[in-house]
Amino acid sequence: MSETRLSNEQQEFQEFCRRWLAENRPGPTKTPLPQAAYEVVDEEHRIYLSEWQAKCYEAGLIATDLATEYGGHGHTGLQQIASAEVHRAKVPYFINWIGLGMTVPTLLAHGTEDQKKTFLPPIFTAEHIWCQGFSEPGAGSDLASLQTSAEKQGDHWIINGSKVWTSLGHFAQWMLLLARDDKQNKYGGITYFLAPMADPGITVKPIHKMTGESGFNEVFLDQVKIGDHLRVDEVGAGWKVAMSTLTSERGAGVGVGAVAGESPRLVMQQVINLAKDTIRNGKSVWDDPIWRDRLMKMYERTEAAIQNARRTRVKAINGGAMRIPLQGKVAGSEISQDLHHLALGILGLSSSLYTRDTHAADDGKWALGYMNTYTGTISGGSSEIQRNILGERVLGMPKTK
Amino acid sequence: MSQPKDFGFNEDISMLKETFAKFLTEKQPINMLRPSLEGTEDPYHGATRVGFFDKDTWQQMIQLGWHAVAVPEEQGGIGMGLVAATALAEEIGRFALPTPLSTTLQACFLLRELKSAGADQLLSQIATGESVGLAIYGQQGSLNTDSTDVMYEAGTLTGTSWYVTDAQKLDHFIVAANSENGIGLFKVSANQPGITLEPDRIVDLTRDQACLVFSGAQAETLCDPGHGEPSLKAALPALLTLIAADIAGAAEWQLQTTADYAKVRQQFDRPIGFFQAVKHPIVDMMIQTDATRSLVYNAACAFDFDKDDAPRCAHLAKSSASDTASLASQCSTQLHGGIGFTWEADIQVYHKRQIHSEFMFGDGTWQRSKLAELI
Repeated sequence: MSETRLSNEQQEFQEFCRRWLAENRPGPTKTPLPQAAYEVVDEEHRIYLSEWQAKCYEAGLIATDLATEYGGHGHTGLQQIASAEVHRAKVPYFINWIGLGMTVPTLLAHGTEDQKKTFLPPIFTAEHIWCQGFSEPGAGSDLASLQTSAEKQGDHWIINGSKVWTSLGHFAQWMLLLARDDKQNKYGGITYFLAPMADPGITVKPIHKMTGESGFNEVFLDQVKIGDHLRVDEVGAGWKVAMSTLTSERGAGVGVGAVAGESPRLVMQQVINLAKDTIRNGKSVWDDPIWRDRLMKMYERTEAAIQNARRTRVKAINGGAMRIPLQGKVAGSEISQDLHHLALGILGLSSSLYTRDTHAADDGKWALGYMNTYTGTISGGSSEIQRNILGERVLGMPKTK
Repeated sequence: MSQPKDFGFNEDISMLKETFAKFLTEKQPINMLRPSLEGTEDPYHGATRVGFFDKDTWQQMIQLGWHAVAVPEEQGGIGMGLVAATALAEEIGRFALPTPLSTTLQACFLLRELKSAGADQLLSQIATGESVGLAIYGQQGSLNTDSTDVMYEAGTLTGTSWYVTDAQKLDHFIVAANSENGIGLFKVSANQPGITLEPDRIVDLTRDQACLVFSGAQAETLCDPGHGEPSLKAALPALLTLIAADIAGAAEWQLQTTADYAKVRQQFDRPIGFFQAVKHPIVDMMIQTDATRSLVYNAACAFDFDKDDAPRCAHLAKSSASDTASLASQCSTQLHGGIGFTWEADIQVYHKRQIHSEFMFGDGTWQRSKLAELI
């Protein structure tokens, strides 16, 4: 694949990133890391990944383009280079993906100067791990039906309720919290807080996924006390702020660092190699024209996603600022799911072998990875909700609600 | 060689695309096409269709220089590349414009590969406003570049070229023919002796198509015999990208028209776009159309800036485009309900153009089989 055209400064920085990543690649962990940052539960992994993230931040690969007063490195036009190189280098993922991907853009858009200066730097060093307290047992796709209450008492708020599907809740020091200050006003009665997880009223209880792994939690909030200085934006503005957090979560926001481990292009190449290496009836799966067609269709979708990202930045042909970015989550997560399912098909019955089976291909990572792709199609607004948003916000169709 | 980040889509090309779109918005090509269709509707008894295109529109396009965008400056043209030509092709598709320009753009990229006196002469003729098309298929319509049923011997052509797109609109043809030394490319003109144009009865209302029957037609050599096939191969990425751009433009029209209909058509006391069974397939049309558009811009840019990668990028673009043509057409007709199934609705005009384009230069499956050979 060809390179895009870079300025001299960008080229130098790219060379620096490549060199630094090659020289500083961390060694292996005692037990293998889970496939994605939202599945990390071991303390060994937490320490290892936090140190790695801090090191990348020190080197300038995180918060590269952010202003120095907020802990950034103050460059321009270099973050995308750093993120691309982190992807390319196949190094461990950044553990603080919620902090980097959601807290940072949210506070930059809605936080006070004080909040930005206090909360952003420890995110980059992974000293403060963040989790997201949005979903509740009764508020999933219909997020605005959330019931966790916030009651103002003097200069602080008292929070009561429960949150669910809270990734990293078991490690987090801080939570992005949505709570209801007005029961009579569905969308306008929500306020956005930064909640300290150390509060004695907070209990975290792990949930196990269909893969058997953990990584996310139920969080119970009982008489939790939050100072008013930890409120983000106005009282009742929580829904608006939450939408900007979710825009970042769905891949449409301003980035401060690459978060995911493996790029879709890399996984695609692995699946093509799997087809070439898997022999059935004396021939490789790749030699079967039907399989080759399926693989090339998948390859086409992966390349299209990459070219879509490139087109986002070309104003004359991007169809409007939000049209392509709002497709990022639904398209990316469905590509990942179909791609993993394709890998299972290539493996055939051997895809039934799970982690730690001595005969499993790639230690069962395709079966595990396939199941975990449902994280992408369900969390952060399911694919169905994404299609509502696209139909309504981009194509102007009437709101389904 | 490396690709620019912006797909080579600079200010000149943005302006070109915008001006062309504005011109076509004022023309409303389908309204101009409609009168020529009257009396031809009935598939059993209807009158034969003529290869309609509005000649005044074409003359204006020539005055504005759009016919010569891809003709090199040395031959009197504007000398732009495939990125610019693709921008035009996308708008042609979006307005379903009947025009000699589509095949003339294809011809430019084939002629540019030939680098012969004959090819340069024909490019100069394009620059003066003459139109050209490709006559390269045999009856099987095989998609390989060696499928011609025409023979070249002692300066003349015999045999038949099949599926010649927009033949009734064109002044000249580039004919692929077998000779003693392999496939060559030859120039003939529409009105010369020894050529009979036999129009096909086709589904697509916005194009025409014909067989060219040669009975000893004098032919001018455009490249040495044996060089025809490699030249066609070298030009193929451009041909694939142009037709993929046409599809992307038409799909965008199908998307917007269907979304707009879903906002106004009321059933169960609501606009049907309220219902997710309608809303979600329309969003899928958008996701597919955007994938195709991005791959088209990438393919055009690769052809202009990174030619080694052009075949891979072009197969990707047409693979995606063919499937988008099918999906966007199916959804646009289905979601318009009864009205979408009528002759009166423009939905059918685009649907029929799209299923014609879907198979031009090979459908998605064909592209993917070629792509796999490059991976």
